[in-house]
Amino acid sequence: MSVRESFDRELQVLQKDLLKMGMVAEDMVHKALQALANRDAALADTVLAMDDDVDRLNLDIESRCLQLIALQQPMAKDLRTIAAVMKIITDVERVGDYAVDIAKESVKLADRPLFKPLVDIPRMAELVKKMLRESLEGFVTRDLNLIHQMIRHDDDVDHLYKYLFDELMQFMEKDPKLVYQALHLLMITRSLERIADHITNIGERVIYMETGEMKELHA
Amino acid sequence: MAIRQPNELHPKVEVKDLDLYYGQHQALKKVSLTFYANQVTAIIGPSGCGKSTLLRCLNRMNDTIPGIRVEGRVALDGTDIYGRRQDLTRLRKSVGMVFQRPNVFPLSILDNVAYGPKVHGLKDRARLSEIVERSLAAVGLWGEVRERLNVSALELSLGNRQLLCLARLVAVEPEVILLDEPASALDPISTLRIEELMRELQKEYTIIIVTHNMQQAARASDRTAFMLSGELVEYGETRQIFTNPRDTRTERYVTGKL
Repeated sequence: MSVRESFDRELQVLQKDLLKMGMVAEDMVHKALQALANRDAALADTVLAMDDDVDRLNLDIESRCLQLIALQQPMAKDLRTIAAVMKIITDVERVGDYAVDIAKESVKLADRPLFKPLVDIPRMAELVKKMLRESLEGFVTRDLNLIHQMIRHDDDVDHLYKYLFDELMQFMEKDPKLVYQALHLLMITRSLERIADHITNIGERVIYMETGEMKELHA
Repeated sequence: MAIRQPNELHPKVEVKDLDLYYGQHQALKKVSLTFYANQVTAIIGPSGCGKSTLLRCLNRMNDTIPGIRVEGRVALDGTDIYGRRQDLTRLRKSVGMVFQRPNVFPLSILDNVAYGPKVHGLKDRARLSEIVERSLAAVGLWGEVRERLNVSALELSLGNRQLLCLARLVAVEPEVILLDEPASALDPISTLRIEELMRELQKEYTIIIVTHNMQQAARASDRTAFMLSGELVEYGETRQIFTNPRDTRTERYVTGKL
């Protein structure tokens, strides 16, 4: 039985809003990839608009964290939760920014057919979305198994990135006419790889929140 | 300030298997912990957990309570203070105490501070006024009161009276200073002043504070002991106790869920 019910409630709402922010970011990644696959510039614009929501949530959640620290003097796990939320929102906000970058790249690629069908990039995007879901679910349920699962997916993302990098390089070397598209596709894979890194940061924060241990999860 | 590890610290007061009974009621249950020299140690816990009782064991302030029984060992620099040959006056000179309500004597400021050294036999006036100045300066009061050392201590504000109590302690050159809720009757500024002062005084003394105010323990102490129902539940570095306690009861208490 807690004697700090109103504080506990605020802390719950805070976590719910973080989850909401994460879901918006995931949707942004999803839509940015769809915009790429379907050469849909209007959908790309939607991603840009969604980024405003993420930015707003970022500032809103941060200021509420600061208020809780100043007004409620949280301790122990409560403190670690708030500290984790404050760090996680920065990473989620960056995920949103990279989704915007992908959306912008997709607009640049929308005017002509791609020289090759998209296979590995959508696979990479699926993995990244899965990672984001795992880390956010891990945050909500405090199930660290999800975090470890997410880290394994990060390894897969890294492998795909290296593979795609080499493949796209080869295309560019073979045919200079492909450089424009290949370069933009490479930018997109780079963004996906960066998103995955931010998601592993989220995992680090979930582990800190649960165990009080700060550790680097990158292999 | 770098946190020092226990192996770099000098044990000052060692409590071992301490039991205390008020008649049938057991107020302390096998409490064992070491207070280190030149550290501020906070004892926290809900009302009735035994924290003040433990503090009062450290200079045998509980002795006068009828029906009390103390078992176990409390050693100051390795010597059992409950030993048969312990001189109580001497013990309380070495281990001084400040209480919740500033209990200044109805004497002048000067006489309050000089009182202890006089009781312990010092008569040299020059030496006495030197001690008065040094003690008042040590608690940050000298500048404020140097021109009115002969006015009654009762004319001071509550916060300054508490500082005067600390100066009175410092005057007899104790080794350990026990503080029992020293700031709970004070306004926020005086409270912070006491906390700052503890940081200053720890350079020369070992400081043990009982407080209800968790934020105060967090701000002002190096180590924290958490007690519950007469037991020591957890004892560790303050930064660990308040960010990552190991015992779920500590966790519940510091997050307000107990």
